Order: sequence, then C-alpha cells, then structure tokens
Amino acid sequence: MKVLVPVKRVIDYNVKVRVKADNTGVDLANVKMSMNPFDEIAVEEAIRLKEAGKAEEIVAVSIGVKQAQETLRTALAMGADRAILIEAADDVGTDIEPLAVAKLLKAVIDEEQPGLVLCGKQAIDNDMNATGQMLAALLGWSQATFASKLEIEDGSAKVTREVDGGLQVIKVKMPAIVSVDLRLNEPRYASLPNIMKAKKKPLDTKTPADYGVDVSPRLAVLKVEEPPARKAGVKVGSVAELVEKLKNEAGVI
Amino acid sequence: MQTSAPDDHDDLREALRALCAEFPAEYHRRHGAEDSYPEEFITALTDAGWLAAMIPEEYGGSGLGLTEASIVMEEINRSGGNAGHCHGQMYNMGTLLRHGSDEQKRRYLPKIATGELRLQSMAVTEPTTGTDTTKLKTTAVKKGDRYVVNGQKVWISRIQHSDLMILLARTTPLSEVKRKSEGLSIFLVELDQAIGKGMDVKPIPNMVGHETNELFFDDLELPSETLIGEEGKGFRYILDGLNAERTLIAAECIGDGYWFIDKATAYAKEREVFGRPIGQNQGVQFPLARAYAGVEAANLMRFEACRRFDAMQHCGAQANMAKMLAAEASWEAANACLQTFGGFGFAEEYDVERKFRETRLYQVAPISTNLILSYIAEHILGMPRSF
Ligand SMILES: Cc1cc2nc3c(=O)[nH]c(=O)nc-3n(C[C@H](O)[C@H](O)[C@H](O)COP(=O)(O)OP(=O)(O)OC[C@H]3O[C@@H](n4cnc5c(N)ncnc54)[C@H](O)[C@@H]3O)c2cc1C
Repeated sequence: MKVLVPVKRVIDYNVKVRVKADNTGVDLANVKMSMNPFDEIAVEEAIRLKEAGKAEEIVAVSIGVKQAQETLRTALAMGADRAILIEAADDVGTDIEPLAVAKLLKAVIDEEQPGLVLCGKQAIDNDMNATGQMLAALLGWSQATFASKLEIEDGSAKVTREVDGGLQVIKVKMPAIVSVDLRLNEPRYASLPNIMKAKKKPLDTKTPADYGVDVSPRLAVLKVEEPPARKAGVKVGSVAELVEKLKNEAGVI
Repeated sequence: MQTSAPDDHDDLREALRALCAEFPAEYHRRHGAEDSYPEEFITALTDAGWLAAMIPEEYGGSGLGLTEASIVMEEINRSGGNAGHCHGQMYNMGTLLRHGSDEQKRRYLPKIATGELRLQSMAVTEPTTGTDTTKLKTTAVKKGDRYVVNGQKVWISRIQHSDLMILLARTTPLSEVKRKSEGLSIFLVELDQAIGKGMDVKPIPNMVGHETNELFFDDLELPSETLIGEEGKGFRYILDGLNAERTLIAAECIGDGYWFIDKATAYAKEREVFGRPIGQNQGVQFPLARAYAGVEAANLMRFEACRRFDAMQHCGAQANMAKMLAAEASWEAANACLQTFGGFGFAEEYDVERKFRETRLYQVAPISTNLILSYIAEHILGMPRSF
C-alpha cells in the first residue's frame, strides 16, 4: 500500500505570533517556520505503518511557497520516500484555502493512487480543520477524523476517534482519508544519517496549472486582530469580600 | 535570536535542537550538581548519528566535515548542555582519519559509528611539563613487537566513559633528536586492555563537572599495531587533532555565548525593578549588546577555521584565534548575564552559575590564552621566540 501524507509549512508553534500593524494578517517576516505539528504526527504514523510492513511507500505532498521544500525535506528525513511540492504562491503570507488544497490533493491522488491518506486534523496557523473532510468528499472516499489510534486490517481501517466526551471506534473501508489528532503518537526527530539521505531522495516540483486547478481565493479576510490583553486580577481580603464581589460585581451568584 | 551564521546548516540545527529539547535544563542541572556523566544524553546523540558526523560513509558515519561537527558542539552548549562530555570524539576523529592506517580505520570506525565503541580521550598534558608539550616525560620504548610505556599524565578527560584513548609519548629521547618536536609518537590505546594492566586512573574532582583524571603508566605494554602513523612523527599528527579541538571549543564557546545572551535578554525584559523592566536601562542593555557583538565576531573566525580545516589548508592561526576570541566572548557574555540576573544568577536553578563556571574553562584548556598570544606573536608576526 502507498500512503500519501500532505504536510503544511506553518509558523513554528514556539513563536510568539504578532499581528501586522495594518491588521491584514500575521507577521511572517524572519519568523521560524516548521512542519505543522499534526502533520508530523501523520508522517510518523505512516512511517510506523511502513515499519510494520503495512505500507510500502510514503509520499509527502506540500502545497504553498517554494520554501515548503524544507518542510518536505524534514518529512523525507523522518522517513518518507519521496516528495511532491506544488508551488502555489510566491508570498509567504499567502494562505491557500482548504478547497483549493483539497482539489490539488485530489489531482495528485488520481495520479498516485494511494491506499491511505494520513493528514493532520488541522493546521495550527489558521485552524481551519477542513481540508481532509473536503478531500474525502471530492474523492468520494471514507473518512475518519481526529484519530488517536489506527489499525489497518484487510481492506479496512479501525480508527479510534477523539470526540467530545470520549473515544469513538469506527471501521472505515479503504481507501480512506484519516485525519490525525495529538495523541496518536510521538513523532521521532530525524537522525543525522537520515537527514543526509533525505537530501538525495526525489522531490518533484509542480504548479497548480499542471493539475488544472484554480487556487485563487474565494474567501476575503476582513481583519486580523490580537485577542484582548488579559486584565490584571485583584486580591480579595476575605471570603466575605469575595462573595460580595461575585454577587455584585461579576453578577454570577 | 538572530545571528550572522550562514544558514546552510539550518536543517542540522533544527534536528539537533529537537533532540536537545528532550533534555531540558533540569537534566543538565542535575548532572552538573552531582558531577555525574549525562549518559542518556550522550547515548541519544550517538544513536541519532551526531557523534559519527565526521566518520566517512563507508564506515557507517555521515562523512561530514569539521564545520558540521562544530555545529553539533555549538548546539549542545546553546541548548544549556555541556559538550565537554563528548567533544573528544570529534577532535580525536581528525587524528584517526588523517593518520590512522586502513586496518585501524576498518577495525574501529564502524564500531565508533554505531556507538559500540567511544573514542573520547586524548592524553597529552603532564603534571611536570604542562603546556611545554614537547618536553613531556612519558616514554614508550620499543621491545620486540610491543611498546612499553612509563610515565604520568594529568587532566585526561572522559577515560571512564571511553573505550579508546589517543596517547602521546616520547619514543626517541629528547637528547637524540634534531628538533624537540621529533621523536614523539601517538598510540591508539584500548582502555580495557590497559586499565589495571599497567595503567592506573585517579579521578580529579573539579570545578566544571568534567570527568577528568590522573593517569599513571607502569610498564604498560602496547602492541605495535597501536602506533598511529610513523614512529617519531606523532607531534605533527596530533597538531591536526589540536586544530580541530580548538575550533570545536570555539564553537562550544559560541553556543555558550548565545545561551548567555538569550537568557539574559529574556530576563532583562521580564524582571521589573523601579516600576520598569531592568532591560530598559542602558546600563543593563549595553554589556549585553557588547557581548553579543563579541560572540558574533568570534563566530566568523570560527567558521573560517572550519572552512580551512575542511579544505585541508593551514588553519593553525585561525583555529587558535577562533578559540581565543570565542572563549573571551563567551566569558564576557557569561559575566554580563550573571550581572543581569543579579542575586538570582547565583541560584543553581537558573543555570547561569553552572554555565559561568563551565565556559571559564576554555580560557585555560585545551590551551591557555597566553600560549595562543605567544603563537601569534612568534609565528604570525615574526617576533622573537619568548620560550
Ligand atoms: C577540566 C580540564 C580538562 C582537561 N582535559 C584534558 C585532556 O582531555 N587531555 C589533555 O591532554 N589535557 C587536558 N587538560 C589539560 C589542559 O590542556 C591544560 O591544563 C592546559 O593546556 C594548561 O596546561 P597546565 O595546566 O599545565 O598549565 P601551565 O602550563 O602550568 O600554565 C599555567 C599558566 O601559566 C601560563 N604560562 C605558561 N607558560 C607561559 C609562557 N611561556 N608565557 C606566558 N604564560 C605562560 C599559562 O598560560 C597558564 O595560564 C584539561 C584541563 C582541564 C582543566
């Protein structure tokens, strides 16, 4: 089985995000970018399937700016076999919308014919949580979102999903799209020999035009703002004062 | 923090940072306080192939140069760790790779690459001769197919966490050689064949948590295959190792320097006294800005030394200058950091006092600042020999 893993280059989770002065987006100049953490979990799961003999080949795909090459190299250094970069934007600030990404992925999948797509449940930059679902709809494939456990059986996948209030176990027919959640695994860090090997692994570069997909935006961002700063708290002197404030100031009791 | 370092190795740095992040400050603090060896950390670095960076691919390593090796050392120190626990393998590697026989390489390199063997120790310094290396008194006398070693060494690090040691000893008496740098030889000693069988080890408790020792040789027998290269040329061979060592130490100091500046600037932005962050005062800013400029400048010389070493060009001057400039820059950064932290800098839990002690070493070892200055004065500026 071939496993396809889409990976997105996003602002690193350790970076303190700053909103641009003109409120059009987030400042990405000179900011550390990394692989979306959920996608790292997806790559890790694909590698584990390969190590367990359940997958033969892992193809990583990224859609975005040229620099997403580095993200793909990271996936290759972790253990993916080859990579496809679809250069769909020149400006690092351009975010390709989920529907366009899903259409491009569908086109890649039509060519590659993987048996399984493992993707992150969402990208930590815009938190859309939509691409996997849209892709399943476009392909007409089964989908299982928010996976915290994955078992591949004959022609089907048993997926444990993290849902409100507990865990749900479902069985889906393959081929399938599985979007992964935080607790599925702990991704490995790349070893030095694997980083060196990754430099020699194939990385194809394409454009949306190669797949006949229009990536122009359908959504307009009106404004990006920082959340309001948290106000300082107050210290109360006694239980009586606390109760008084809860009653009269906060109005909660 | 932004630096002027070239970004060609960012992929290596990122992977190293991910590994180092699994060993947080508390880990290094505990080993620092206990004077114990950070075994798990060194094993993780070995398993991920970092300590085999310089071993050629045919022997199971990654075939990289001193530049990359120095980045490994830099990142360890920059993450709050102490590369002193494992840098021996990198600087010894230069000696073995450039001067070891094919047989020696085949025998040891693959096992060093997997981590089955460690080559962490190099025995040069002696108690009575110190920096005056060519006068060292340890002798290796050829008897049949063996060399018999007698003498004493001091400050020999990582012996208890290494399997192999490079030993410098005199094979022809000083009175019988034309130049004092002749007649010295190096040997690759298998420590399990030596300890208790003619070689004794006595640990030296010290200020920086190094596992370092006195060694006593009493008729230690070494098979003649342990000789590296030709007899009598050991001093020349070991110089390659020393240039690598100095450049690696420079990189460690650079890592320390950035660590201190990172720590200090974060603290200065956060700590409020007199109703504002202390970092708003130029009296606090300037020492840190100056220290940063110093580390950046030293880093340029470090990369130049690496470039020359990797291109097999003369790099003695650059390696020595890089080591001196970087050690001074990291010390200045350490001092500025400690001052910025005020009283809290002295508390173990901020790690500043530990790193402060650790980085101070590098103005003395592996070669002291005065000796670098006299090298520059004599060999580069052509002034009269002072000693
Ligand atoms: C923690 C630690 C680990 C070490 N690990 C190793 C190791 O693994 N292997 C190894 O071989 N060695 C090791 N060393 C030894 C180290 O390389 C030496 O300490 C260093 O080279 C200085 O030699 P010395 O201590 O004998 O000082 P000395 O040579 O006695 O010098 C003392 C001081 O006098 C100054 N001085 C001496 N001569 C002159 C001169 N002519 N002009 C001006 N100033 C002069 C020096 O600069 C120095 O400041 C280690 C040392 C330490 C502290």
